[in-house]
Amino acid sequence: MPQMNMVQAVNEALRSAMRRDKRVVVMGEDVGKVGGVFRVTAGLSEEFGEARVVDTPLSENGIVGCAVGMALYGMVPVVEIQFADFIWPAYDQIVNELAKFRYRSGGEYPAKLVIRTPVGGGIKGGHYHSQHPESAFIHVAGLKVVCPSNPYDAKGLLLASIQDPDPILFFEPKRVYRAAKGEVPDNDYLVPLGVAKVVRPGRHVTVLAYGAMLYEALDAAAKASEKGVEAEVIDLRTLWPVDINTIVTSVKHTGRLVVVHEAPRTCGFGAELVSLVTERCFYHLEAPPVRVTGFDTPFPYTLEMEYMPLSHRILPALLECAKS
Amino acid sequence: MPDIPATFGPPQPAKVIRVLSDDGTLDARHDPRLSEREVLEIYRWMVTTRQLDERLVALQRQGRIGFHVGSLGEEAAIIGSAFAMRKSDWLFPCYREFGAALMRGLPLQKFMDNMFGNANDTVLGRQMPNHITSRATGFTSVSSPVGTQITQAVGFSWGAKIDGKDLASLVYFGDGATSSSDFHSGMNFAGVFKVPVVFLCRNNGWAISVPVERQTATRTFAEKAAAYGFPGVRVDGNDVFAMVSVVREAVRRGEQGLGPTLIEAITYRMGGHSTSDDPNRYRPTDDLKPWAERDPLERLRQYLERRQLWDDAKEQALIAEIDRNFRAAVAAAEKTPPPPLESMFEDVYEKPPWHLEEQRAEVLRGPRPPSAH
Repeated sequence: MPQMNMVQAVNEALRSAMRRDKRVVVMGEDVGKVGGVFRVTAGLSEEFGEARVVDTPLSENGIVGCAVGMALYGMVPVVEIQFADFIWPAYDQIVNELAKFRYRSGGEYPAKLVIRTPVGGGIKGGHYHSQHPESAFIHVAGLKVVCPSNPYDAKGLLLASIQDPDPILFFEPKRVYRAAKGEVPDNDYLVPLGVAKVVRPGRHVTVLAYGAMLYEALDAAAKASEKGVEAEVIDLRTLWPVDINTIVTSVKHTGRLVVVHEAPRTCGFGAELVSLVTERCFYHLEAPPVRVTGFDTPFPYTLEMEYMPLSHRILPALLECAKS
Repeated sequence: MPDIPATFGPPQPAKVIRVLSDDGTLDARHDPRLSEREVLEIYRWMVTTRQLDERLVALQRQGRIGFHVGSLGEEAAIIGSAFAMRKSDWLFPCYREFGAALMRGLPLQKFMDNMFGNANDTVLGRQMPNHITSRATGFTSVSSPVGTQITQAVGFSWGAKIDGKDLASLVYFGDGATSSSDFHSGMNFAGVFKVPVVFLCRNNGWAISVPVERQTATRTFAEKAAAYGFPGVRVDGNDVFAMVSVVREAVRRGEQGLGPTLIEAITYRMGGHSTSDDPNRYRPTDDLKPWAERDPLERLRQYLERRQLWDDAKEQALIAEIDRNFRAAVAAAEKTPPPPLESMFEDVYEKPPWHLEEQRAEVLRGPRPPSAH
């Protein structure tokens, strides 16, 4: 099996989907000749031509609005928004149009497309190349939100997302685009949406993480183990609809919960996860759930490592939670 | 080196294309050469649209429906443009175009079911009245946010183009929507990718209470097309012959691979923005007079009468027929129960995920509101 990084794995998924289904169209800024600023779409333009790998004008609102129209026609656009930080001009089209089309048309116009976009900090990108805006999309009825952490899942989840009948936000953790490597089969395979993965079993405390922060959670869990605390680390993979059963089973077993995410704390996804767990596992909880997250500030440039919920902040939270 | 020519300064506004003159003759240069049968069909749909508008406003005033947004005075712009499109083409409505949907085959009963938001409504009462959807007639779903349909119309026929199909989109929007980002994005993308789209700006003078001078500093809306590299034309929006003619020409341009066209249909919103609005608060009543004299229905009726194609008896018979059909449709719609409670949770996704199943169960077993509907 070939070794790949996430950039290559996503590229493989796109190539395979485009080969199999002529309706799949890739569009976005710089996705053509240059193959995307992260090279995720490298080579696609050569293989599939400019009509299906479209370098668009610089307008996120135009890209997504046109992609919604293509989807209404019956194409399957896979849109790249260059950085998630730039997605907001398209937010109206995503929230009021894409997410509502099936509902408001009584099922006559299901608008299916995938929006891929790199998220997260740790690359010295400052305010506008670092945000992790998943909760603004999880909150919107009608959207599904996916965030892979490794090449194998990235390929399988993207192929599943392209096949899925609903609109999908596919968040790619750019900090580990090339750092996360692994074996990725040549053939097509699906990683089902809505299924989390227990990546490290443990009995003392449950840690929920996703994307680049999964590796920080794993690092903290390894260090906690040296101190006798066995953390069960779950990679959520699909953020919404989240795999509630895997989470609840784990927390009922451990009685303790730590949630990790890069996004600001207030109304972040962690708030929802803690609520869901508290509603379902209140009498199993032995300690208050803990959120280790980004702060409620804009994403800082120089101090980004202080902002991010890295291992050095997860470890004490984990030990504290396991102790109390 | 020669001087750079001074090209600043606005171009002369394009002449307004008009076909039907005051004396009832048609300007041969732009005459769409409609058959008598076609003109009569157009007239019937224009009358139907106006008659339904009046009756729906009355229903709203009686408290039997919640809302109506009409097309009083804009019937020629709406019916004429839709008539010019081919069956295989697609319409992207703003929200005043129910007449176009009916003409393309939306059953009156379906429209009324939508006005009442009942169980037979295609969209199961999920949207306000007038927010219709009709895939069967090539009519997309009405959205309240202004301008969002413009980029979608571009994407739709762009998708068809990639798919190798010859298909044009006609997208309706008002003068207000030309200020939206979707107008800019849609026009720009359509120009760059030469997408066969007919951009139809109904310049009806008003965006709720805001006049056109507050939407743009250009003298016309048509001239905005120049900035996107394709033609913009101005047309008498109350002249149905002119409307058919320019829209057909725009479709032809698309067919020939020449890309999009912007049409500014100059008309006037003779009513309020919707039933929620009183135009007397901002619009001088004198403003209506010249437009009443240019009433699109009156102009077409005079044309027909001059040719002995229409008379009072036919008019009365048509109105009586519309009234009969309307009453029957309203009676049936009013009798139809509201959509089932569980339908609230359907079509959010193709299949309800666990959280919607949970919430549906919660609603079904829970208490009902004091006044259900």
